[in-house]
Amino acid sequence: MRLKTRVSAYTLSIALVWSSGALAQQMKAEVLHWWTSAGESASVKVFADQFTKAGGTWVDNAIAGGANARTAGINRIVGGNPPTMMQFNTGKQFDELVSNDLVRDVDAQAKAGKWRELMPKPIVDATVRQGKFYAVPVNIHGQNWMFYNTKVFADAGLEPPKTFPELIASGEKLKAKGIIPLALGGQPTWEHNLFRAVMVGHGGADMFRQLYGTRKPDVVKNPKFKETVEIFGKMRGLVDPGSPGRNWNDATALVITNKAAMHFNGDWAKGEFIAAGQTAGKEYGCTVVGQEPKLVIGGDVFVFPQTKDKTALATQDKLIQVLTDPTSQVEFNKKKGSIPVRMDVDVSSMDVCAQKSHSILKDPANQVESMEILSPPNFSGAMQDAVTQFWNNPNMTADAFIEKIVNAMRDAG
Amino acid sequence: METISIRAPSVASSGTRIRRSVRTRLPAAFALLPTALVVLVVYIGCMLWTVRLSFTSSTLLPKLDWVGLAQYTRLFANDRFLTSASNIVIFGTLFISGCLIIGFLLAVFIDQNVRGEGLFRTVFLYPYSMSFVVTGVAWQWFLNPGLGLQKLVRDMGFESFTFDWLVNQRMAIYTIVIAGLWHGAGLTMAILLAGLRGIDSDLWKAARVDGIPTWRVYTSVVLPLLRPMVITATVLLATGVVKLYDLVVAMTLGGPGIATEVPAKFVMDHLFERNNIALGTAAATIMLITVVSILAPWIYVRYIRPQGRHA
Repeated sequence: MRLKTRVSAYTLSIALVWSSGALAQQMKAEVLHWWTSAGESASVKVFADQFTKAGGTWVDNAIAGGANARTAGINRIVGGNPPTMMQFNTGKQFDELVSNDLVRDVDAQAKAGKWRELMPKPIVDATVRQGKFYAVPVNIHGQNWMFYNTKVFADAGLEPPKTFPELIASGEKLKAKGIIPLALGGQPTWEHNLFRAVMVGHGGADMFRQLYGTRKPDVVKNPKFKETVEIFGKMRGLVDPGSPGRNWNDATALVITNKAAMHFNGDWAKGEFIAAGQTAGKEYGCTVVGQEPKLVIGGDVFVFPQTKDKTALATQDKLIQVLTDPTSQVEFNKKKGSIPVRMDVDVSSMDVCAQKSHSILKDPANQVESMEILSPPNFSGAMQDAVTQFWNNPNMTADAFIEKIVNAMRDAG
Repeated sequence: METISIRAPSVASSGTRIRRSVRTRLPAAFALLPTALVVLVVYIGCMLWTVRLSFTSSTLLPKLDWVGLAQYTRLFANDRFLTSASNIVIFGTLFISGCLIIGFLLAVFIDQNVRGEGLFRTVFLYPYSMSFVVTGVAWQWFLNPGLGLQKLVRDMGFESFTFDWLVNQRMAIYTIVIAGLWHGAGLTMAILLAGLRGIDSDLWKAARVDGIPTWRVYTSVVLPLLRPMVITATVLLATGVVKLYDLVVAMTLGGPGIATEVPAKFVMDHLFERNNIALGTAAATIMLITVVSILAPWIYVRYIRPQGRHA
């Protein structure tokens, strides 16, 4: 009996020493993210440096591959050993962490920082659950940019297309000249990304929202829907035979090296052009194809796993400050290729593509939520299967594809 | 398979003997306990857990409700799963039979006492030392119409030469088979060669005396004697078929379209990328059922009905 008391007294004292040690310890933040490419890690270093300057210790836990990183992070959060903050894409990926009360709400900071007024509504809506902010958005990525090689277009005597029917017409002309009209990374993700660019550019923002957001089969009955699908189908003829299986950056490289004319991708592709020493507006241009330039936006957020530890809470508060600070926003997004999530910061020091992006987004009517925000991964996955089947099978009709889309809606709800 | 049985000392009339036998068996039992626990908890437990989850509506996190066979209905209406299933049958059949045939021919070739046998053995076995990811990437480059074989032959002057299986929906799965064969045939060769070397040389002498042609000796005498090696090789290759994933991911990512999707990739994608644990586990359960139903008769014949053995 006496031994037991003594042992527990020891344990208690050790525990006390331990926790007081932790209190005295500096703010130490373990950050889990998947920014591993050269440009990405340079951008995350901006946050790390700012946090270090503010007196904290940044422990970088970068895991290659979004899906891997999310799996690892979710496992740790559910298992009770969470990182201090963790990256997600803006959207539904952390829904269940919120509904299971595993992440902290940051609404107090959001109110103080006026996030609701300063950030585009789609981004706010994608981060707010039950009226409260549960994550900190850090950037806005435009997903439906078209990058084009200015020299190739000038040599062919063509203007970069403004609409998709124009794009098909000039694509055929370029093809006749022996140039690859459209550089595509022939992997399901990028085929689907191209489809979404066509959908929002030709079908329009509402149709895009009906397809990915409400997901009711009546959207496909609209004749415009079939027209859009047929345009997408015609684009199958504009890629080169080596496209299937190609990585997206190899596709970007085709534009960089004057082999291909156009390339649809998110603004992260800018990193490849920059790495090749090219300047936006000079060797390459960027534009949004469609009657009205609608920009499909998504981005990244950080969530803060629940904790009762006071030091950890203070650390998280500091991190939130660092993430939303105007200077770190501009510097981070310059390196990342995205634009600041706050519309009030000065973007004049950023490149022309970023400025274009910023000015398009000034008008709320041009902001379209990305698929990651609108659809559960379940549905986007089923759509991706349908799109890749249609894209890779030249014999598949638009109707057969539409039927697959309806099935995807039925199965994945 | 050897069976080792530990028999307790017979006639345990005196207490000391029983105690001694307990004393000798206890450490053994202790030593086996962790393994037994691992098998029970990790393998069997996870298997049951997977099967249970396939009857739920779990998405990102496991949820323990009950939706009956709804996930299985969805699974069998899913184009991609059906393609995956037929692909694994095509791959499995061609890969196992191909490896056995090529492996056997290579083994016979080396068994002819060729010069530089060590070199050939190493060369043939070398691909096996590479991971499927390396194999996949290498073959992807080699078969890419714009980079590899097709371009090489065209550059040599044969302008009309076409070998675009990798980017051709109907043929892409066969490129996976080719890469798999390249990877696995060497191992099969090594196993069968070990078997060939174990065959009594008197048999060969007897056959020569009887004037039986060599090929006939191989097919009618040697091959039946190699049965245990063939079975070993088949089992090893079959596990490779079931877990086929990395080769596909490295080589085609399931494409073009969904032409080279396989069940393991379906499971992985749905579990980890699409937040659809229930559908993923349903597919995993179907894989388990298929494997068990193929293995069960074999296990029955080999282990449960021992009187049928005549080895």
